[in-house]
Amino acid sequence: MNFLATFAIALKALRVNKLRSALTMLGIIIGVAAVIIMIAVGSGARAQVEAQIRSLGANLMMVFSASPSFTGARTAAGSTHTISEDDAYAIARELPDVIATAAPTLRGSGQIVAGNSNWSTGFHGVTPEYFDVREWNLAEGRFFEAAEINGAAKVVILGKTVATNLFGDMSPIDEVVRIRTVPLTVIGILAEKGQSPGGSDLDDVVLMPITTARNRVLGATALAKSRSVGSIQIKMLDGADSKLAEERVRELLRQRHRLQPGQDDDFTLRNLTEILQTREESSRVMALLLAAVASVSLLVGGIGIMNIMLVSVTERTREIGLRRAVGARSGDILRQFLIEAVTLALIGGLIGVLLGSGGAQLIGYYAGWPIALSASATTLAVGFAAAIGIFFGYYPARKAAHMSPIEALRHE
Amino acid sequence: MAAPLIRTDNLAKHYRLGETDVPALQGVTLEIARGEFVAVMGPSGSGKSTFMNLLGCLDQPSGGRYWLDEQEVSTLSDDALSTLRNRKLGFVFQHFNLLPRTSALDNVALPLLYRGLPASERHALAAQRLGQVGLSERMDHHPAQLSGGQQQRVAIARALVGNPSLLLADEPTGALDTRTGSEIMALLQQLNQEGITIVLVTHEHDIAAYADRIIHFRDGRVVSEST
Repeated sequence: MNFLATFAIALKALRVNKLRSALTMLGIIIGVAAVIIMIAVGSGARAQVEAQIRSLGANLMMVFSASPSFTGARTAAGSTHTISEDDAYAIARELPDVIATAAPTLRGSGQIVAGNSNWSTGFHGVTPEYFDVREWNLAEGRFFEAAEINGAAKVVILGKTVATNLFGDMSPIDEVVRIRTVPLTVIGILAEKGQSPGGSDLDDVVLMPITTARNRVLGATALAKSRSVGSIQIKMLDGADSKLAEERVRELLRQRHRLQPGQDDDFTLRNLTEILQTREESSRVMALLLAAVASVSLLVGGIGIMNIMLVSVTERTREIGLRRAVGARSGDILRQFLIEAVTLALIGGLIGVLLGSGGAQLIGYYAGWPIALSASATTLAVGFAAAIGIFFGYYPARKAAHMSPIEALRHE
Repeated sequence: MAAPLIRTDNLAKHYRLGETDVPALQGVTLEIARGEFVAVMGPSGSGKSTFMNLLGCLDQPSGGRYWLDEQEVSTLSDDALSTLRNRKLGFVFQHFNLLPRTSALDNVALPLLYRGLPASERHALAAQRLGQVGLSERMDHHPAQLSGGQQQRVAIARALVGNPSLLLADEPTGALDTRTGSEIMALLQQLNQEGITIVLVTHEHDIAAYADRIIHFRDGRVVSEST
């Protein structure tokens, strides 16, 4: 007896009891939908974290200046300058076992003018380490040279967005731009990074030597005289324990700033790796929860299938007897009921895939989570449903196949 | 004379009921020739149903031997018995045993499904047999849309569709009124005249009277034969 004929018998048997079949599928539908959503949410979160790492640089930690709180009123992180360039060098120098690089950064903003175009953007005074920490390459031109950093040379590297807005399609290399009336020569264009996962334009940026920013552009403020910086961007060593690295940096800075035990930090440490990990962790928890729902639901769905198949086998005992009498082998009967169970599970699985895909989109839309639907996850879920059908359908099918034809025929 | 279609030698069947061994059939030796129309009679518990089940290859004997069409059946495996039923036997039951919500045509074609024939061939053969029992007009009807007599005709067509050597009828008129019962018996008689061997189980003498030969069972043994 061929597979197609058996499949047709199975479909017919399921059609006879439509409501019963639909209710039996419900567990599988919910289970498979949960699997689909779980994988979509999980891999979406992972993809987002990966994108974040790509845009910011891996193993990133940042230190911002923060005003000590003894005045009562606190100011925004980074707006006052309690950390210095030397802190950055000390971090890189003293903690080589956990830290790869530390880049001091000075931040400002203003109008940047080229010819009769202008653009408002933020600028960063940086050292060569910055490019390493943020994993930033050039599309054109060259990096700052050591002499330019030391000599506060009037040079600048533009982000793609800034370059396009000021110069259009023209190459801006060797052109002069002005920031706060200071003329600066463009020596390079950063490679494009696109949007950050938060939606801000990573290419809307201007970089200049930290000395240039401090001495020439930010100009005659108090901080120009000191070596203080707005932030230090730190790249941890690959594989370093990020919690430990964070503690070591904190300890070093407290020591350098001569903070007494019990006194608040005069800086803010932000461990991006940790933040990303936390975010990934929370979506993993969500995924685990869904996995629990999915497995319970699939289990219950499987038991439901087994239950209904047992009922069906009992109801159709005479049919089984008749089929045996006209020549069905016990293997034919086994296959018939097994295929019926698998069909039930597979249809449930397919409905579950549809509902799950829709559900994942809805969750993505309303919760604002990144969603990644994948063909392999769908295949996996449907395959799993089929496996459930085989597993839970086998016992009833075996029962049907091993019935004595005489007793089956005599069954009332 | 050709070899008999059925030959049994001391055929026996025991059932175990807990600790006790219940003998249902205690050594039946007989022969049924090709083309015979045999009625098996006896009170309930006489072993006639057990005998029919053994003849129908639905059950395996506890002792003795059974040859169907010169092939020894008593030693065959379950799968081989299934194939044998499919090829050589046709069953007609008291309660028709048609598949519900299935057309007369598909019901008749059912045995051919297990022979692995393609659908077109199955349906052609089934339609032919339905014509033979006078139901050409009712091919698409479901059992619920047919009268008792028509249902039994469908069942007979199903029994015949595989071109069997032996037709086994177990109380085929038991669920029918007398007039319809006679019609069914007339049909069986006609089929027998066309050449098929029939073994019929009944407890009604006027039904048994259609047969050429009547075998009486009592307490698991053949007690008498009449013609």
